[in-house]
Amino acid sequence: MADLIGAQAQRILSAFEAAGAVNVEAAILQPASTLLDLYGEDIRSRAYVTSDPLRGEMMLRPDFTLPIVQMHMESRADPARYTYAGPVFRKQEHDESRANEFTQVGFEVFDGKNPAAADADVFAAIAGVLNGLPLRPATGDLGILMAAVHGLCTSGARKAALLRHIWRPRRFRALLDRFGGRIAPPPSRVALLSMDDPFAEAGPEVGLRSRAEVQTRIDALREDATIAPISSEELALIDALLAIRETSPNALSALRDIAVDMPAIGGAVAKMAARLDELSKRGVDVEHLDFEASFGRTTLEYYDGFVFGFYAADRPDLAPVATGGRYDALTAVLGQGRAVPAVGGVVRPDLCLSLGGVN
Amino acid sequence: MLKLGVPSKGRLMEKTFDWFGDRGVTLRKAGSEREYAGAVEGIEGIELVLLSAGEIPRELAAGRIHLGVTGSDLVREKLANWDTQVSEIAQMGFGGADLIIAVPQGWVDVDTLDDLDAAAAAFRAKHGFRMRIATKYHRLVREFLRDNGVADYQLVDSQGATEGVVKNETAEAIADITSTGETLRANGLKILSDGMIHASQATLFRGARDGWDDAQRATFKALEAKLNA
Repeated sequence: MADLIGAQAQRILSAFEAAGAVNVEAAILQPASTLLDLYGEDIRSRAYVTSDPLRGEMMLRPDFTLPIVQMHMESRADPARYTYAGPVFRKQEHDESRANEFTQVGFEVFDGKNPAAADADVFAAIAGVLNGLPLRPATGDLGILMAAVHGLCTSGARKAALLRHIWRPRRFRALLDRFGGRIAPPPSRVALLSMDDPFAEAGPEVGLRSRAEVQTRIDALREDATIAPISSEELALIDALLAIRETSPNALSALRDIAVDMPAIGGAVAKMAARLDELSKRGVDVEHLDFEASFGRTTLEYYDGFVFGFYAADRPDLAPVATGGRYDALTAVLGQGRAVPAVGGVVRPDLCLSLGGVN
Repeated sequence: MLKLGVPSKGRLMEKTFDWFGDRGVTLRKAGSEREYAGAVEGIEGIELVLLSAGEIPRELAAGRIHLGVTGSDLVREKLANWDTQVSEIAQMGFGGADLIIAVPQGWVDVDTLDDLDAAAAAFRAKHGFRMRIATKYHRLVREFLRDNGVADYQLVDSQGATEGVVKNETAEAIADITSTGETLRANGLKILSDGMIHASQATLFRGARDGWDDAQRATFKALEAKLNA
């Protein structure tokens, strides 16, 4: 079995090499602090944490993205294409049937010249590898929702709060409802803002978060209370945008309709159109390619543009066979100010094999 | 023989003994106070095993004991998919304690999880690291905060005297068990109004029954009859 999966992995890797990628490797043990800082506490429930007496907490890599981005940011090569194959490790806290160790074969493109073409290159390379398997691709674009939030007629603080929770749909919805005046602010906040001296019964100052920081937030809340609610028209446009679930050409025309009333998404929609053209040039059947505006919102929070997944059509129990997307913001975080637009994806050879295997 | 695990010391043990005693099952420590063996009267086929409350979930899941009394918080914290591994037989009405999130009283701007999330974002921007929440209930707290969409925090481990960590500046907030809130207040902390993670109480649990023989099943039936009488 391991041999068969290895052979599948090799085939996929060769296909990515043929698409111009350099084969690279990454350490299995990664420093936990970097991963925790990037992904937050959730990564602890997904990655195996171990400890080293000298290096502190280490993690068995949950994917290759972090080490590949770090390697690329140090090498300063541009443009660059990488491929890799190796095991990744995922703790399964709820579903024993999901594998906790499996091989990923990846393809990552760091190239800012033509993002639409880079998106299409990655998707087409993966679609090409998976050709013939009974899979349904799904796509989305988080950049469109982000552009919509940026374009709202409201304060910068409210936009920042919404953007921070793009990947947490429930909190995003709750914030939107409050900023839109659909739900009242909690009574404790109303009481706080009506006080002459909020610190009258605050007691002594303890801990690292200073009174000045508390005051700063109270000032922000006071300012927020003076801001008009986001209009119901804008809320309806966001709702309409999030509800889009169509073939790509239909989704594009729906988005263009929304863009008439919400010009802020125009640029992001144009990028989507350019990407569909590039996909089409590479032989992808975009007429039947599904697009969901909400797709990719529950993944680890680093995708911020095009996102995609390939799902077994008749096997809803199976994890996605391939996933990927654009992660420009992640390279900015890891590059200490220097950002390189990046897009990539991974394929699981074990799942390919269980569906008949790739040629 | 059915093995019944009971906390080996303190009020939890005494109250468990009283609870079973009220239902016609006498549990007591055998021999001297220091021994961890026990005796059972009033029902045949049950063996008393005294062990730490914190180990009872694991022992139940592993099948080394068949029944066990422990806090419902410990079972949820220590067992993944706890309700597929053990079943609740009876909530025993004592040992009540709430797992809550508490922040300094001086944080007059923070009363809800929504506030906590906003404060965490600002804290991370200012201090360069995620707001620290000290706890020993990692799984329960992480799942609760994830379900409620709180970001920009990190959990730091604290196995005891958790109320003191804020003063010592090793964490900004805590998630801990409290019954009256007295210790929290004494340490300058307050409870978030929507930060109740789990209301725990002493609970009688049963492990999975596969592998039980007829005698064990009969004993369990007899025990159930006494408990429900």
